[in-house]
Amino acid sequence: MPNKTFFWFFLPTGLAMILFIGLPIISTGIQSFYAQHDQVVKEVKKCDPFGCTVSIVVDNEETSKIREAKPLGKFNGFGTYTDRNHLAVEEIKKFWNETESFGAFVDQVTNLPFYKALIFTLTYCLFVTPNVLLLGFIIALSLNAVARKIRGPLIFGTILPMIVTPLVGSLVLFWMIDSQGIIGANIQNLMNDPYLSLKSSKTLTWITIIIYGIWHHSPFAFVVFYAALQTVPQEPIEAAIIDGASRFQRIKHIVLPHIYPVVTFVALISLMDNFRVFEPIIGFSAEGSAQSLSWLIYDNLVNEEVILFGSAAATSMMTIIGIAILLAPVLIRTWKEFKTAR
Amino acid sequence: MRKILVTLLFLLFGTSAFADCNIKSGSINILANDFPALRTFVETSKQCKGSADFKVTHSSEHNKIAVPALTANPSEFSARIAANSSIVPLMNQDLIRPLDDLVKKYGKGIQDSQLITIDGKVMAVAFMANTQHLYYREDVLKDLGIAIPKTYEEVVAASEKIRASGKMQYPYAAAYKAGWNLAEEFVNMFIGHGGEFFKSGSAEPNINNAKGVATLNMLKKLSELSNPDYLTHDSEAIKVEWESGNVALMTLWASRSGTLLDDEGDPNITKATKLTGPATVGGGNIPAATLWWDGFTLAKNRPDADAEATFRSLAHAASNKKMVADAADQAVWLVEGFVPGPKSIGVIEAVKMGAKPYPMLPQMGLMHGALGSEIVEFLQGKESAEQALKDVEAAYISKAKEQGFL
Repeated sequence: MPNKTFFWFFLPTGLAMILFIGLPIISTGIQSFYAQHDQVVKEVKKCDPFGCTVSIVVDNEETSKIREAKPLGKFNGFGTYTDRNHLAVEEIKKFWNETESFGAFVDQVTNLPFYKALIFTLTYCLFVTPNVLLLGFIIALSLNAVARKIRGPLIFGTILPMIVTPLVGSLVLFWMIDSQGIIGANIQNLMNDPYLSLKSSKTLTWITIIIYGIWHHSPFAFVVFYAALQTVPQEPIEAAIIDGASRFQRIKHIVLPHIYPVVTFVALISLMDNFRVFEPIIGFSAEGSAQSLSWLIYDNLVNEEVILFGSAAATSMMTIIGIAILLAPVLIRTWKEFKTAR
Repeated sequence: MRKILVTLLFLLFGTSAFADCNIKSGSINILANDFPALRTFVETSKQCKGSADFKVTHSSEHNKIAVPALTANPSEFSARIAANSSIVPLMNQDLIRPLDDLVKKYGKGIQDSQLITIDGKVMAVAFMANTQHLYYREDVLKDLGIAIPKTYEEVVAASEKIRASGKMQYPYAAAYKAGWNLAEEFVNMFIGHGGEFFKSGSAEPNINNAKGVATLNMLKKLSELSNPDYLTHDSEAIKVEWESGNVALMTLWASRSGTLLDDEGDPNITKATKLTGPATVGGGNIPAATLWWDGFTLAKNRPDADAEATFRSLAHAASNKKMVADAADQAVWLVEGFVPGPKSIGVIEAVKMGAKPYPMLPQMGLMHGALGSEIVEFLQGKESAEQALKDVEAAYISKAKEQGFL
């Protein structure tokens, strides 16, 4: 496509992207550098049906004057980024100086909310992404080998997990693993331990969420791989069969190299999706044991009666940076290939 | 405290004039939590809408909607049914209007004790009271010869006895869901130990002390006697546990007693379900519980005509003797004419015992939020009580700094 045609073709999408993605990100970025003004409080008498007390309230007149003068808030620079609820620079320095062994240091650091969430998010990505690729590929290969007649219903059945709304899917599983649910009760019987609970143990909760993630995301990999398999040329495969290549050798040397660009694409999308893991945490009520970066943002915005815009904005920016870092190797590789191809 | 006793225990024969319902214009749109008493209240106020538009949103997610919806100008809702804690963010952001003039003009049937005044201005009109208190299974306790527990130490002993008898594996239940619910249990228990959340006169946290440790240890003991999934159980979940007969002792909201004692579910369990006051803890004499009121507030960013129409229709419900007589078992009404029934025992006992109201402080929401996530690891046995409390204070301080309280 000539560059000019491409430009006009891309323009509407590009504009929409700038308007609905680019500008909000810039605005979030700016917000992350600001904190609320110092609260002006005053002592007043408060009376309710249970009696009167003297206590403090925010002085609205004074506050609104300050707000009008500086509507964005108090400039805080990287203050929000480095505070304890985010990168916790001070705390980490202190832990480094105070702890005696490296293990104790790691313990202290992983106790900080941001790092706790980061570790869960990375673990989730690390386990879910490769498994999704592998499972999706295996399912695509198997379905590709099934007789055409029954392929339609089988494909529909396979993509069902993707059709089910994530929240509903996780809720169904949540009830099944309840200590009185079908899975939870059977595991208790099997292990002969009436106190075993999938929901109260941190490790088991993580495993449940990861299994759920694989179950939910595999169909996406499967659909893309299945489409790609349809484009594999038959001649080299037939030639390989005549040469006596086994099924495994054919897949390794012909099919995989052919669909390799698609694998990169699926890996990229999966990584991005998994880094933003959120719904299963809500669905499984797993806030206690598993927190992700997206959940931290959600928590700052809605779980408190006081909304922490600065905190949420800072975590959002760091999530974007995190995704960029994760994707960098894949992107650099694609870019290099693109260059050599030219 | 005396005021509420007067309200609750005596039937006063005052003026019976209802607010008049001749509303000619304006539009009414109410945001409220979703439980039976509030539905009754809003339905009653609807009878008095005159020719005004009337809309209502009942949602258990009301806390998440309220501030953004009332910040808009004109705001989405003309009134918000709030409680001690949820009025604070509205006050912090200056989103609700003083009601003095409206009370003077249209609030004839409203009693003085119903008015929430802050700095001399009426900011809300309360209509019901709530607290968390003990529920027990009379049959189970009787069988094992256990007296009705008065303290949390007795609750622990009783639960251990029930477990040892083999009757129930997890005899105790309370809403320990990580987040708001768990933090609320901490607040109750900490107040029961006589704790103060902030150093006096400042927003500096004050929970990392012996009282905080005692609070956490008691929560842990109770959690060990609860269903192992306790960190995912909210009020609704433990209600279900109770109705399936898995639990013999429970700490739950008074406003939920109606659904526990209704005709649905096993009649034997319903019959044996009894209410008592909240327990004390650690030898303290005030209960480990907080008192709550529910009341209505009016949005600031709404034309005067809407505010007037809304106030008149809500005032009709907030002074309605027929409503409190018909729905006497749904709530502990603060409205004139309410005769407390058996389902109100919890709140009345709590008031008699001198329970404290939930702290109505501008920075309390941040403390509540920090508690909800930072004490989980202690309950899971992954860190010490001191470390958990240190974490709560540190998390709170960062948030309070960002919000400008420190």
